[in-house]
Amino acid sequence: MTAVTADLEYDRRIPFGKIRDTWAVTQRDLIHFIRIPQLLIFSTIQPVIFVLLWRYVFGGAVRPTEAGVPYVDFLMPGIFVQTVVFGAIATAVGLAADLKSGMLERFLSLPMARSAVLVGRTLADLVRNVFVVILMVIVGFLVGFRIHTNVAAFLLGLVLVLLFGYALSWVFATVGLLVKDPETAQAAAFPVLAPLVFASSVFIAVEFMPGWLQAFARNQPVSVTAEGVRALSIGGATTRPVLQTIFWCSALVAIFAPIAVRLYRRAL
Amino acid sequence: MSDLAVVTEGLVKRFGDVEALSGIDLEIPAGSIFGLLGPNGAGKTTAVRILATVLPPDGGRAEVLGRDVVREADAVRRRVGLAGQFAAVDPNLTGRENLRMVGLLAQLPRERILPRADELLERFDLTEAANRPLRTYSGGMRRRLDVAASLMRKPPVLFLDEPTTGLDLFSRNELWEMIRELVAEGTTVLLTTQYLEEADRLASRIAVVDRGRVIANDSPAHLKSQLGGTVIELGFADEAVATRALPEVSAATGDEGHVELEERKVLITTPDGARLLMGVLRRLDTDGLEPANLTVREPSLDDVFLSLTGHHAEDAQPPEEAAAGGGRRRRGRGAA
Repeated sequence: MTAVTADLEYDRRIPFGKIRDTWAVTQRDLIHFIRIPQLLIFSTIQPVIFVLLWRYVFGGAVRPTEAGVPYVDFLMPGIFVQTVVFGAIATAVGLAADLKSGMLERFLSLPMARSAVLVGRTLADLVRNVFVVILMVIVGFLVGFRIHTNVAAFLLGLVLVLLFGYALSWVFATVGLLVKDPETAQAAAFPVLAPLVFASSVFIAVEFMPGWLQAFARNQPVSVTAEGVRALSIGGATTRPVLQTIFWCSALVAIFAPIAVRLYRRAL
Repeated sequence: MSDLAVVTEGLVKRFGDVEALSGIDLEIPAGSIFGLLGPNGAGKTTAVRILATVLPPDGGRAEVLGRDVVREADAVRRRVGLAGQFAAVDPNLTGRENLRMVGLLAQLPRERILPRADELLERFDLTEAANRPLRTYSGGMRRRLDVAASLMRKPPVLFLDEPTTGLDLFSRNELWEMIRELVAEGTTVLLTTQYLEEADRLASRIAVVDRGRVIANDSPAHLKSQLGGTVIELGFADEAVATRALPEVSAATGDEGHVELEERKVLITTPDGARLLMGVLRRLDTDGLEPANLTVREPSLDDVFLSLTGHHAEDAQPPEEAAAGGGRRRRGRGAA
């Protein structure tokens, strides 16, 4: 009977379907970076301004933490982390925009993996981070940044930066699906991120902060990651900050990925 | 397999305190076009979203081709297409890229995706625009691509949520033609609309929805006959002339329609407007009673509501459908 063959046809599974679904979404999000160049330009201009500001305006007033380490070598690892932190807002804005435009309704109506929209989006944001971080490394070298350890250690540091950025994408995927509106997502993200970035060791060593702030500034994930990257490019004990960073990233994904997937299923 | 493509029983959906659906029962025969007619906020979109598995119901049950929309959601998704008001296409992707993405996500075998995409682009007259980003498309082209995207898998059941809202007359007629072709090939279509005319032209059966309830479920012909069919409005210079014309019009109409006086106007409601109009005008001409203006119109959604519920078709705007944004839209028709 035709109905039976039709049913077989409709229920046939594609091998590695989940991976294919995720790749289809990633591709779509990556095309956006090419078709809407503003997305890349805005995510790179801001960190470049921060580099110039701290390197040439404020930098001279910052007390050195270690003898023989110029401020720029302290600053750049922090800048790499700051770049992916603010970049994570794009994950929230992108998902909220998809929700508002009806794109998520289309995805929800398709027989695709329920995880693919979020995994695909966070992977596309990871690819974007790779480009932005490479650009910031080039900017760093141009303003006098030098590696004190070796290239392999430095590259491992950049992997930590990307790992942290990926974990934050899941946090901001959750934010985007909660607020459901791109403008609100943008507005809601900054007040959350500003204390994490500024009350951290990104620009200034924690020991120069008031005592009550130090406990927070020393242990929050942005500082922990910045310290890990710094240890890998300047030198010093690396094991502890690197493990702490990996712990923070795993914890963020473990908490926020299930919440985000649940919110996505009930997005409408 | 049964002959019913879609069955719902006591479907309920709440958004906070608002009950969007208060127990919807529907039976949609396979291979037909079924119209869901109602104003903004009546619950049409909510019903379609539940049937397309993008929204879970709070009560009752629904089956598409014998598969439960909650327990067998994935099987349902493999058999339905959704297009219209909210399900979107990506403005930054080209037409072909959009269809390719949907093809991948609809679990089509790789080798079938691009041929199917090109076939649909051809069919919806989008071949020339295939490699342009959708930002450059007109509203009608975008809507056609949206429908094309929902057809990538050749779904036996298609949900179209207000497919022609916001389209110009030409694009609307084109889309109607395409919907008719699909049904001729065996697809079952559930169409929501605010326009009685659209439901009448396309659907073989219409359910009228008001505030989350089905208040009528009938063939378009029956529905219209309940309304008395065409409305002829004869406007006169003043009320005195209209009053003089009334008995003449009544005599010409006889028992073929209903006649009433409304200020300067005489209204005739009749199932056979065109033929009756000839007689009425001839008679008025003989008596030297010239109408100042003349309107012939089909009954509107509002007439349906007035006749079924005693109230006008009012837009309720529960949060989920507020995004539709539109005020009340009604298509006026005809003139003499």
